[in-house]
Amino acid sequence: MGPITLLGAIDPGLVTFLSPELASRIQFGWTISVHIIFASLSIGLAPFIIYFTWKDVRTNEQRYARLRSFWVKVFAAGFVMGTVTGIPMSFQFGTNFPQFAEVAGELIGGPLAFEAKMAFFLEAVFLGVLLYGRDRVKDRTYVLSSVLVGFGAWLSGFWILIVNAWMQTPRGYEMVTRNGMEVAKLTDPFAAFLTPRMPWMYVHMMNASVISVALLVAGVSAYIVWKKPDTEAWNTALKLAVVLLIISAPFQAVHGDAYGRHVEDTQPQKFAAMEAHYETGQADLHLLAFPKSPEGLTDPRAENLVTVSLPAVGSFLASGGDFDAEVIGLNEYEENPPVALVFWSFRFMVGLGFLFIGLALWGGYLMYRGRLSDSTRYLKAMIAASPFGYAALLTGWYVTEIGRQPWVIQGELKTSEAVSSTLTGAEATLTLVAFVVLYVGLILTALYILKWLVREELRSLGLRESSGDRWHGPIPWVSSDD
Amino acid sequence: MTDPLLPVDAYLVKSLPEIWFGAVLFSLGMYVVLDGFDFGIGMLYATRTDERERETFLAAFGPVWDANEVWIVAFGTMLLAAFPRVYSRLLADNYLLALGFVLALVFRGLGPELREQRDDERWKRYTDYAFIGGSVFAPLLLGMLAGRWLFGGATLPVALTGVGLVAVSIVTGAAFLAARTEPGLASELRPYGIGATLAYLGGVVVLLGTVVLTASGGAADAVLSLPVAAVVALSIAVGLGGSVLARRGRYRAWLASALALPTLLTTLVAILLYPTIYPLTGLLVREAVVSPLALNLVTVLGFPVLLLVLWYFKFLYGVFSGPIEGGGYGG
Repeated sequence: MGPITLLGAIDPGLVTFLSPELASRIQFGWTISVHIIFASLSIGLAPFIIYFTWKDVRTNEQRYARLRSFWVKVFAAGFVMGTVTGIPMSFQFGTNFPQFAEVAGELIGGPLAFEAKMAFFLEAVFLGVLLYGRDRVKDRTYVLSSVLVGFGAWLSGFWILIVNAWMQTPRGYEMVTRNGMEVAKLTDPFAAFLTPRMPWMYVHMMNASVISVALLVAGVSAYIVWKKPDTEAWNTALKLAVVLLIISAPFQAVHGDAYGRHVEDTQPQKFAAMEAHYETGQADLHLLAFPKSPEGLTDPRAENLVTVSLPAVGSFLASGGDFDAEVIGLNEYEENPPVALVFWSFRFMVGLGFLFIGLALWGGYLMYRGRLSDSTRYLKAMIAASPFGYAALLTGWYVTEIGRQPWVIQGELKTSEAVSSTLTGAEATLTLVAFVVLYVGLILTALYILKWLVREELRSLGLRESSGDRWHGPIPWVSSDD
Repeated sequence: MTDPLLPVDAYLVKSLPEIWFGAVLFSLGMYVVLDGFDFGIGMLYATRTDERERETFLAAFGPVWDANEVWIVAFGTMLLAAFPRVYSRLLADNYLLALGFVLALVFRGLGPELREQRDDERWKRYTDYAFIGGSVFAPLLLGMLAGRWLFGGATLPVALTGVGLVAVSIVTGAAFLAARTEPGLASELRPYGIGATLAYLGGVVVLLGTVVLTASGGAADAVLSLPVAAVVALSIAVGLGGSVLARRGRYRAWLASALALPTLLTTLVAILLYPTIYPLTGLLVREAVVSPLALNLVTVLGFPVLLLVLWYFKFLYGVFSGPIEGGGYGG
């Protein structure tokens, strides 16, 4: 606290802290944003790891051993980052939002404990075997370890999303008084665990992770293939990633469209925020919506939007068959989420989704023509697109989480009521700063690790990067500057 | 709602809340034992300058530390699942300590991960600082957190609990390395282990003495009870016995007795807490526990998995048994 007191002594005006609520929200949002990148890296890499390990053990081909060893290292680095960012997150339920932990403990504690015991242990234990145990266990055990690690990652997502889906569409509980406080008591585990949102969220999130990692693998492979076109291993990886993208990217669009209608059904306020729909009434289904004027960027409203829409189809879908049905607008609510953030996040996510479909189709066409590795333009496009999966994934989360505000448990508990009453603005702000600094460091570190791994790989392929051969592309981590 | 598969109004067995109190502390105990020797290795690492020895140390905990660390998450989530009020109050009341602890864990985890990424002396030095610093501060802050849980705001007992956890981590770390490395290194580590044992035992006695002298009624009575006296006596016997074994070069036996120390420490925590679960608030185990259906559910789904997890650990430690050398396990 020293420097702060000093600043305060010079000018009290210099020491203004965020409110505990705002600082806690930003802190949690920031922590989860970083965590989710690493968590979804594990989820998306799992199928690749299992496939490479299986092929390596079965065929004994050099290319699979190479790919396995490379991507297991990435997986391990991601897992460590996922762990170190995940533990603070789970603590924040108690440190920053204790009222939430207390009110919802009975509902969310179980799934979180199952996540740790069923999934996290599985992943951590068998990752140890996968990383260090190649010569210590039988081939079959080794392949099984990769399957268990992958299964652990997917199961982890399952339990976490049970919690999150419950927060979006809470069911299976009643409010009771315990120790002088209103808390949620579990009454029906099936209803509470398998909420209406759960299947939607799980499919959307797992597929988003697959897309993100397919783009990452494609980007790294494209870079190496671009440097050294005759590498068998990385041509295989590139092909595999593009095939996965061809399956997952269009599927996400179809699924996302149906998911949107489910949101409209269950969280009309969030849906209205996604479309900046203020006035209750007949609704069109917007395929595209952008503000007409610059002011609309920060305050988009339906009447000031340029839209490409199917007239009255919004009403038709919302009501299940009535073109004149009313769709609830934001004016119906006393408090609304930050509409601009939700509106733009949604557009950003959807826009990137279409970009991925385009890249998938382009790749499919090239593959059909047998020219996937020859098209420098495609290789460069994939290198450039490699971080975009994560951008889409994050903005998708912002739609989900910011769109739910002011509620932490939809319709039951507001975020403002969930924040610690003993937390001071100073504590919350200082730890926020600490988390921001530390996690920026973590992200840079993760990128550097990836860069070192790529450089190492190029060396072992017999390619020494000379300064004249540097990549001057849009992504800093693939450029070699030391 | 259809007929419930699990009892809704009654606990599966009458003492289920107490069983969960035990299970939560068991998870904490597993963490203190398993990640404890990782922390110990991290602290002893500071005493080594030879690159090969340092690599041996890193190889010793490389394949297992990730799995060991999950026990803290298991502890936290089980506490949340069974005693949400304790979880939320404990963390909210000790905001900076709790976040300090997890930040220390971040540094401890990252150090070794980053170290191998780059062949550069300065880089290695900085990542080593992160590793060593994290290994010191994580048990220190966790111990202080446990001290606040047990004794509330009293400064000396809280600080002593933190230092105690640091000392016991050094004991287990030294014993673990001694049992798994070549005799030469083991005999160099032995004095650290024995010194830390004596410091730990002395610390426990001073700590409990302080509580008896300064705390009012309840806490002092709890400390002066027979079970506490038994655990303390046993700790002293085990600690001194282990030191003698260490001096005779019987390192596997030393390791067994060293691992008993944090186990006894966790038992001590359980005894001092019960029947309250958060003395500062006067909250009893029975008052803080969740409703029967929720607890029955986590029991039925969770306990078989807990057994499975213990089996994984047996498998993991089985795979990576045998002497450790600088090159790791040949992975």
